[in-house]
Amino acid sequence: MIPGTIVETASLLSNQGYVADRQLATTVHLALTMERPLFLEGEPGTGKTEIAKVLAAGLGRRLVRLQCYDGLDLAAAAYEWDHARQLMAIRQSEASGKALDIYGREFLLTRPLLSAIDPSQAPAVLLIDELDRADEPFEAFLLELLGDFQLSIPQFGVIRAVTKPVVVLTSNRTREVHDAIRRRCLYQWVDYPTAYREAAILRNKAPGLPAQLSAEVVAFVQRVRQTGVFKPPGVAETIDWAMALDALDQKELEPGAVEDTLGVLLKYQDDITALKASGLAAQVSDAKAQVNLV
Amino acid sequence: MHLAANVMHFARLLRRSGMQTGVTESLAAQQALTMVNLASRGEVHAALRAVMVHRFEDLFLFDQAFELFWRQDQGNAGAEPPGEDAPAAPPPGTKRLAEALANGNNTPPPGEEQEFKLDAAETFNARELLQAMDFEAMGADEINRAKAEIKTLRLPLDELRTRRWRPDASGPRIDFPATIRGSLATGGEITAIARQRHVTRPPPLVVLCDISGSMARYAQILLHFLHSVANDRDRVSVFLFGTRLSNITRQLKHRDPELAFAMIAKLVPDWSGGTRIGEALASFNQLWSRRVLGQGAVVLLVTDGLDRDGAEGVAENMARLHGSCRRLIWLNPLLRWDGFTPKTQGAKAMLPHVDEFRPVHNLNSLKTLIASLSAAPGARLAAQAQWKDRP
Repeated sequence: MIPGTIVETASLLSNQGYVADRQLATTVHLALTMERPLFLEGEPGTGKTEIAKVLAAGLGRRLVRLQCYDGLDLAAAAYEWDHARQLMAIRQSEASGKALDIYGREFLLTRPLLSAIDPSQAPAVLLIDELDRADEPFEAFLLELLGDFQLSIPQFGVIRAVTKPVVVLTSNRTREVHDAIRRRCLYQWVDYPTAYREAAILRNKAPGLPAQLSAEVVAFVQRVRQTGVFKPPGVAETIDWAMALDALDQKELEPGAVEDTLGVLLKYQDDITALKASGLAAQVSDAKAQVNLV
Repeated sequence: MHLAANVMHFARLLRRSGMQTGVTESLAAQQALTMVNLASRGEVHAALRAVMVHRFEDLFLFDQAFELFWRQDQGNAGAEPPGEDAPAAPPPGTKRLAEALANGNNTPPPGEEQEFKLDAAETFNARELLQAMDFEAMGADEINRAKAEIKTLRLPLDELRTRRWRPDASGPRIDFPATIRGSLATGGEITAIARQRHVTRPPPLVVLCDISGSMARYAQILLHFLHSVANDRDRVSVFLFGTRLSNITRQLKHRDPELAFAMIAKLVPDWSGGTRIGEALASFNQLWSRRVLGQGAVVLLVTDGLDRDGAEGVAENMARLHGSCRRLIWLNPLLRWDGFTPKTQGAKAMLPHVDEFRPVHNLNSLKTLIASLSAAPGARLAAQAQWKDRP
């Protein structure tokens, strides 16, 4: 089930439409074979979450997703005791006189983290998305799970995974994730793709695009990333923008259409103003010249 | 056998050059190397990088170390000899590595050790020797006094309600799990209701401190202050800026202030130089604001507002900084003389974008600094108004 070589891992990813470079494929391969969690850090829109989805589809496992947010606690992330049922059961056992264990499995509500290691369920890919959005105390809840793939529930006992889940953590770096988490994971910085990789991604994600348009879009976006904008556009923005231009029936880049659709690519007014001020028409023609050169 | 020893030496080299490489990483590296093709240098590199590097900042250092180490140990690791593309100019980070190599007098790696050392020494760039800063030695008494003083620091808006709860007998919310747990002792009869209350904690604090020439005389007190603050509360990030921006958060966490200051003096190249406030703020906004200003951070900006670049870019970047933090406090130590007005372009550009303006009239001790920061905030923008209107 788990791929045996780096090449097989790379083709598992590419079969699902994910174009990975060698470093990423190696790290994913090692995470799978060494059964270690994978910690992906990078700018928004560089395809971190996508890796977990692709792995789930490629390995034929169910995807268990935990979206992190400030104040996320054990009750919402791992497990919770069903207090209403416990109270009812106490009343019932009083009436019937039968002995009762109110901390039985039937009173335990399963949340994503528990679900991912639950031996009674199919093997999973666990995606802990945007860990940086959760506050620091939450990270402590994760340590046992990431280290040993088990959860200790005080009144119940230890629940341990039979098949270790593939764990993918992502972070946008809005806060530094603690070293204790990093130590337990394989770390991978997911960078903006090279022009070659970005073109391949665009072909995969938006297959119907005119070849000229997609080549020019990639060249233009790569240039924009070099200009020191506050928020360089991610791959997700590239795909959106290419599709937007296609929706407007553009066959190639044209300054007017570029100006009208800049909001799809850049999400800060300062960046849009700066790019316009730097001469949009010149940027567009430079990008076109670069494409024609190749 | 050879491989294991080499991995160990490599891990040691990384540790000496400042990375946090422990036994876990060494073991993982050994394991990873059994799964890749040792004849391919690229694969070995990718595999080691995957298991030994945990931070973005370390990637570059790791690459340099790998380049140096596995070139010299080619015979043992089975790695290919390097091509003709040895780097011409020493890239940054090599100095740290060179020092790490030079200091490593425990068991030397086998092979061409001599050549290796020479190689590393060549990359040492004399021009990169940084101007060191002398700090008066701090006695244990002084450190204790500083600790006591810092405890009295209360920044405005210093209590932030988190979404977490703690047990509190008179709290507003019922703690169901605890109540049920308690009822077990009385056979399921609930006799006492456990309650809980929100946890409050200080928000993250980000300090941007000017260390240019005009601020040099306060450097001692400010560093003193920054060190105490960084070790007193959690979630403190500290940046120094002159012509360049340096993050000294990790260094400040060193318990011993002497050691911390020595590390900082080495790290920061622009003591007592000019100030480019606009540029420093721009690079903070670009590189750090999204990483450290989450969770409602309070920003403390320590500068006199004297800018070398004629306030170029100060207003825009102040506006962005102001927009991305919860509260922006400007501490200005230049008000030594009464009647000082914000004549400089830098100060004029900054003033409209701060929430809280804290002038310090005589910054000669930690106490004055803390007192000024802890004073109850006046009416909104009162300090600015007063300062502005001064003839």
